[in-house]
Amino acid sequence: MNGLLAYISRRIGITLLILLAVSFTVYVIFALLPYDPASLTCGKNCNDPGIIAANRHRLGYDKSFIEQYWVFLVGLFAGRDFGEGAALIHCAAPSFGYSVQQHACVTDLMFDALPVTLSLAVGSLILWLIVGVGLGIVAAKFRGKIWDTLSTAFVLVGTSLPTFLTGLMLIVFLVIKVDWSPFPAGGYTAPDEDIVGWFLSMFLPWVTLAFAYAAIYTRFVRSQILEISTEDFIRTARAKGLSDGVILGKHTLRAALAPIVTMAGLDFAGLLGGAILTEAVFNLPGMGRLSLGAVIDIDLPVIVATTILAAAIVVVMNMILDIVYAFIDPRVRV
Amino acid sequence: MSLLSVRDLRVEFKTPDGVVKAVAGVSFDLNAGETLALVGESGSGKSVSNLAYMGLLPKTRTTITGSVLLETENGVVDLIGMSNDDLRKIRGRDIAMIFQDPMSALHPYYSVGDQLIEAHQVHNDVSKDVSRERAIELLTLVGVANPDERLRSFPHQFSGGMRQRVMIAMALMNNPKVLIADEPTTALDVTVQAQILKLLRDIQKQFKMAVILITHDLGVVAGAADRVNVMYGGRLVESAEVNELYENPMMPYTVGLLDSIPRMDQGHGKRLRAIPGQPPSLIKLGDGCAFAARCDRKSELPSGKCETSPELKAVKAGHLVRCHLYDSKEMSK
Repeated sequence: MNGLLAYISRRIGITLLILLAVSFTVYVIFALLPYDPASLTCGKNCNDPGIIAANRHRLGYDKSFIEQYWVFLVGLFAGRDFGEGAALIHCAAPSFGYSVQQHACVTDLMFDALPVTLSLAVGSLILWLIVGVGLGIVAAKFRGKIWDTLSTAFVLVGTSLPTFLTGLMLIVFLVIKVDWSPFPAGGYTAPDEDIVGWFLSMFLPWVTLAFAYAAIYTRFVRSQILEISTEDFIRTARAKGLSDGVILGKHTLRAALAPIVTMAGLDFAGLLGGAILTEAVFNLPGMGRLSLGAVIDIDLPVIVATTILAAAIVVVMNMILDIVYAFIDPRVRV
Repeated sequence: MSLLSVRDLRVEFKTPDGVVKAVAGVSFDLNAGETLALVGESGSGKSVSNLAYMGLLPKTRTTITGSVLLETENGVVDLIGMSNDDLRKIRGRDIAMIFQDPMSALHPYYSVGDQLIEAHQVHNDVSKDVSRERAIELLTLVGVANPDERLRSFPHQFSGGMRQRVMIAMALMNNPKVLIADEPTTALDVTVQAQILKLLRDIQKQFKMAVILITHDLGVVAGAADRVNVMYGGRLVESAEVNELYENPMMPYTVGLLDSIPRMDQGHGKRLRAIPGQPPSLIKLGDGCAFAARCDRKSELPSGKCETSPELKAVKAGHLVRCHLYDSKEMSK
């Protein structure tokens, strides 16, 4: 058990270093962009050098690059003040900066968007795992039979249809053309306000996203099972006289667990950065929409923050997966 | 009747290139307590013939015919054509198997104890504690130290030889009448090979088990088997008591196999003898002698003789050979 603890603390240490490197890299990239962050803050057609200079000082863009990065890091842990006197704006820790375009602390913007994206990602993850793993097992078990063919058709449709098309079709055929449709055509209802409304507002986005992922998972799980079925230890299980059900449920799926968990973890982490298309189609104010809007408006603090957050989620998820792996695979435990 | 009686076993695989006749009519008997070695090179059908009647070959595109009669507590049963579920109950209980690579043959994610106990639970309606005791008993028997503790270990925490001992213990969990050992020492170091062969010999005596030892290594056979069946191109080509076979090999293929064993007294700098040519393609195998293309004594036969298939016939008591060279020496029946 000491080995496992040492392993986990080592992984956490490495993850912190990676996060530092990621944030620095993102900061460098955006510092190199040919935009003056201060002049962007005073809106289009704004040429007043006085306002720009004041904003530059207020937002700290007059400091050297390294200083700016240091202030950014400190702000993450201690919060940060912009301006002084009556115009003072305080962004509490963890502060990712201040968006002049949206007149809000970036962290607050992200805290508003994150639950939406989290709802979308968690719900669709559950849905696609059930459908994808289930169909994958069925397809592998009945390889070459009608069920396999049907699942192949599902895979083909699911991987070919882009999510914006699936989403729009669902809206057209399940919302617009149906008078008594319980689903809204878009928008987000917070679960603490109205849990049923939340479920109904999320259901079609879940189906849209899960459809695409379930198709990929069906194919993946099917091929994993078929591959593992040719392993020597499965032959041993059969030679022992175990029934097909026990062999599939206990021996084959146990061996397929690690690759499925890995893939699901990484896909889930990717979605937390924002499912831009699905969020756009269903008008969900999530991370994807936040990033997209920031890119269109060249809202640099928000772009930096969402990029770092998306990268951080992937890095942290990798760490979590490594730790989960130690529980799944006894060979990883040192 | 013998314990296991294989008659005219044929295994064919349908492939895109044609039908592969992996086993083309094999018959042999296995008596209780006997060790029968099946010897041949890769693709000779030695493994496939046994996997076939155990129901361990993929079911699609495989045709198995013939009969394999096994004596069980419930009378004699034919393993060919038996329902999947009935055959499943024979596997691991009446006939157990061990395989070539003990690393990949054990499930990497389950402890050795789990896997041993599972093998017992599937055929016995007893509590897990009983199965656990049985596992400890057998691990002790096959020479695993601290069996109580080792039950919690995973396969990767064992050495290759120890893993094969675990496999053997697992095969013995239900006191099988027949143990099929498919190249049990091929993946092991030479010193460990000897230990495993000795272990197999010891437990065979103790359990009064019949053993089918599948190997390509005639060196392994010498000290381990009672009788040897040599296979070539999906058929038996020679069958004899082990000493008779070593002293008096008849079929040129057997002679070639024996000559290709490295010897300590061979003399310095001499090259190993090899059988020229390649094993035959099992798709294009015609009616003639399968070994003809590689046979160094072909010239002793009248032309055209090799285009006809020789029959397996007794040349001496207990010594069968499938070879035209011995056509005239067949014992009168």
